[in-house]
Amino acid sequence: MIPPKFVYRRAGSAEEALSLVAEYGDDAKLIAGGHSLLPLMKLRLAQPEVLVDIGRVRELSYIRGEADHIAIGALTRYHDLEHSELLAEELPLLAHASGRVGDPQVRHRGTIGGSIAHGDAASDVPAVVLALDGTLVVSGPSGVREIPSGEFFHGPFETALEPEELLTEIRLPRPASSSWAFQKLTSRAIDWAVVAVAVQGRSVGLVNMGSTPLRATAVERALADGAAIPDAAAQAAEGTSPFPDRNASTAYRQHLARVLTRRALEEAGSRA
Amino acid sequence: MSILGTRVVRTEDPRLLTTGATYLEDLRLPELQGAAYATFVRSPMAHARITEIDVSAALAEPGVVAVLTARDLDDIPDRPAGAGAEPLLAGDVVRFAGEPVALVLTEEAYQGEDVAELVSVDYEELPVVVGVDQGLRDETLLFPGTDSNVVSTGGAEAFDDAAFADCEVVVERTIVNQRVAAAPLEVRATAAIWADDRMTLWVSTQNVHGVRDAVVDRLGLGKGAVRVIAPDVGGGFGAKIGADRETITVGWAARRTGRPVRWVETRNENMVGMSHGRAQVHTVTIGGSRDGRVSAYRLDIVQDCGAYIRLGTMLPNLTMLMASGVYDLPRVETAYRTVLTNTTPIAAYRGAGRPEATAAIERAMDLFAAEIGMDAAEVRRRNLVPPDKFPFTTKTGATYDTGEYAKALDTVLDAAGYEELRAEQRRRRERGDPRQLGIGVSTYVEITGGGPEAGETARLSVHTDGTVTVWTGSSPHGQGHATAWAMLVQDELGIPMDRITVRHGDTDVLTEGVGTFGSRSLQLGGTAVHNAAVEVKERARELAAEEMEADPADLVLDTENGTWTVRGVPGQGVAWAQLAERAGPDGLSADTKFATKQATFPFGAHVAVVEVDIETGVPRLVRHVTVDDAGPVVNPILAEGQRHGGIAQGAAQALYEEMAYDEYGNPVTATLMDYTFVTAAELPSFELVAMETPTSVNPLGVKGIGEAGTIGSTPAVQSAVVDALAHLGIRHIDMPATPERVWTAINEARTAQ
Repeated sequence: MIPPKFVYRRAGSAEEALSLVAEYGDDAKLIAGGHSLLPLMKLRLAQPEVLVDIGRVRELSYIRGEADHIAIGALTRYHDLEHSELLAEELPLLAHASGRVGDPQVRHRGTIGGSIAHGDAASDVPAVVLALDGTLVVSGPSGVREIPSGEFFHGPFETALEPEELLTEIRLPRPASSSWAFQKLTSRAIDWAVVAVAVQGRSVGLVNMGSTPLRATAVERALADGAAIPDAAAQAAEGTSPFPDRNASTAYRQHLARVLTRRALEEAGSRA
Repeated sequence: MSILGTRVVRTEDPRLLTTGATYLEDLRLPELQGAAYATFVRSPMAHARITEIDVSAALAEPGVVAVLTARDLDDIPDRPAGAGAEPLLAGDVVRFAGEPVALVLTEEAYQGEDVAELVSVDYEELPVVVGVDQGLRDETLLFPGTDSNVVSTGGAEAFDDAAFADCEVVVERTIVNQRVAAAPLEVRATAAIWADDRMTLWVSTQNVHGVRDAVVDRLGLGKGAVRVIAPDVGGGFGAKIGADRETITVGWAARRTGRPVRWVETRNENMVGMSHGRAQVHTVTIGGSRDGRVSAYRLDIVQDCGAYIRLGTMLPNLTMLMASGVYDLPRVETAYRTVLTNTTPIAAYRGAGRPEATAAIERAMDLFAAEIGMDAAEVRRRNLVPPDKFPFTTKTGATYDTGEYAKALDTVLDAAGYEELRAEQRRRRERGDPRQLGIGVSTYVEITGGGPEAGETARLSVHTDGTVTVWTGSSPHGQGHATAWAMLVQDELGIPMDRITVRHGDTDVLTEGVGTFGSRSLQLGGTAVHNAAVEVKERARELAAEEMEADPADLVLDTENGTWTVRGVPGQGVAWAQLAERAGPDGLSADTKFATKQATFPFGAHVAVVEVDIETGVPRLVRHVTVDDAGPVVNPILAEGQRHGGIAQGAAQALYEEMAYDEYGNPVTATLMDYTFVTAAELPSFELVAMETPTSVNPLGVKGIGEAGTIGSTPAVQSAVVDALAHLGIRHIDMPATPERVWTAINEARTAQ
């Protein structure tokens, strides 16, 4: 549980982070809060040669209301999302879900961008960003590009990010519907979700239901076609193939997706 | 007014919880300057033949002091390599994943794992034995030359079905008491030096004397050649009893290399290297009449020993001894087999054999109650040992000292509001609430004292400045000895607690002692301290009589202010400091050892209330009410703390924890991400009801409280989960009752209906 040797470089700014990543190329791995990467390194499942620490790049920690969206700096910590008045007002789903990640220590370290860039399907925030139709702003050697969240997650721990790119901002449009809910089932309070469901209006995001965070498209279609909540929720596992693990078999996860989707839609409905 | 029984805040806590405590890794002693750091190379395979170990690449690394393997163990006595005998380092064969194969010593702590990766071990895979069923098949033997993986048996040679012949109802079921990890906050650690033909070991342990004896024995040293010191110890739960192979190997390496050596394991190593607990499979058979009288009970135990014999062969003896629990049963049959498997060895874990007994009989009582359609609490009440039968000798040979079992049961049911809970359960069932309510009742008795005939030692010295030092052979690792022992001394001598220092854990100071396990500390170690205070008081009486030129019988100690006066004579009297002065160079002190042939039998009753979400299968413990009677309480804060921790650990076994292996013998819960160690967030505030029934076994009248919570809570919580689903026809769900297990049980019950 002691990581192999690595070179540690601390970036003072986003620009410096990019130049360090350019300098080390494939050998470098960005570290923000470290709550996903460090356990993997301690178990020697990840062995990066170089760690570029962006945890102190304060310029990427912000929550701002823009004309047509909310802009969140990639290095904004869960704790700040949870307690943001702006989010409580405009994106309560994100504030609430952030407050359910891990435990207080984790929430004081972990960042929204770190979670998204890590691309773990079991993380809560990626599915929330999917349900919110977020856009991810990425800087790299060839400039800045915007990636719709629906095109960002490619596979287990694989995203659209190129090795020399840095996720800088998450843009979330102001939702048309104020109804939202987040249903998460964990073994213990501090654990990763066995399954979680994020609902904003008629958008439904699924946590831990496959190799990437997912949208429950069959449910969304059914709702658009006017289906009742129980009937729509019954399709929550459509097309999913969640991995079995110690916490849950594939069938149990699919069952939970249906139950939690129904509950989330009902809960959201009560907030509409 | 006596300080005993009052809520004195733990005096050791500021130090233990903030700063100033010295856990093993905190030691900064001159003797340990320049220590090499030890890292074990551990087997990634559960069962394999070692064909070659190449240490050359590791040795070539700068900063590597030594790489030691079994071949280097040529300077210690040979051991018969019989079935279950555990080597220090694996020789030809590894028998569990995580078994130490080599020891790497490096100049820097952080080099260790890198260098360990460079030790190249060639393994030739062998078939793996996981779980007792596979072990019992004997298709693969862990120790060649033996004819079975069964290493010991006990109890009835054959069961007699006539025992159940006259029963109107007989229920039989196989239930699993799963393997769990102790997971103390402080992992295992050892530091060792060899100087002047003597080994000094600092060990995170529950019993320095046991460690000393094990090291002496294994390394073939003279008894005086080993000193063992325990600094502050951060938890043990039974798994830090004695010297593990790593500790002995570290001591040996210090002698071998002439360097101080220190070792602290990682959490990952702790999960696979430290002994696991429980790991029994029970087949219970219970029979009786439809009016709720149980007339026969049978418990057939299969104990998973793991790969080597630590305490695995001992535990089922305790399970058999306590098999019939609090019940007066006419016929009881027990038997056990212990089986080697390719898994981490099993040893003591909070309760060690007794929680398993309680879990089995309590499940059996529930099954019986369900079969005859009687309330589970009522069935228990009809079978309890009545108060007028004590001392009560059970069919399995235990003699219970004192008990008020029915009173404990009625008290806890009353405190829980049992009837109202049942009414609420009915209401939820009637309206088809997705959150069903389950009520679990358990009653228990356990044996405490952990080898009372071995006793415990104490030394008490009053110094010329009026302060006191108490040395105890007992071995605190979280219990609060410093507070409790000082209270016992203050109560007897009238010297305030803040002038009393309690010390432990050095075999050179107290050469004799036993340690802390089996809920033995207060009843044996506390009594030894109490007796030392009484002895010192009697010596002081004589000294005070000399000082004041009076008859000793006329001397009175005022325990409010700690002064001796002559009865009826006004004046200032003499203080302790003066008497210590008068005592001369030998000092005013006493050495005591308290031993007794008799164990004590604390008892109690628990009610657990669990809500089960029947759509998701998630169970949640919402209330836990207990009566835990261990006799008079010296300090309610300490006793309640023991109950709290015990209830939490016991509930965790029922709902969350399991040390699991895959079919290849890989541990799949070897980190605290995967091993669902319970946290406060999963638990309600516990509702503790006080009850004190003294014993006559020791002068304090006390029994042990350390394990009671664990023993009572596991079956109550498990039963509550099952009870929530009883209306669906569910009678049993194995532990841990994880959401998926519960969901599966619900599905199966619905399919069957």
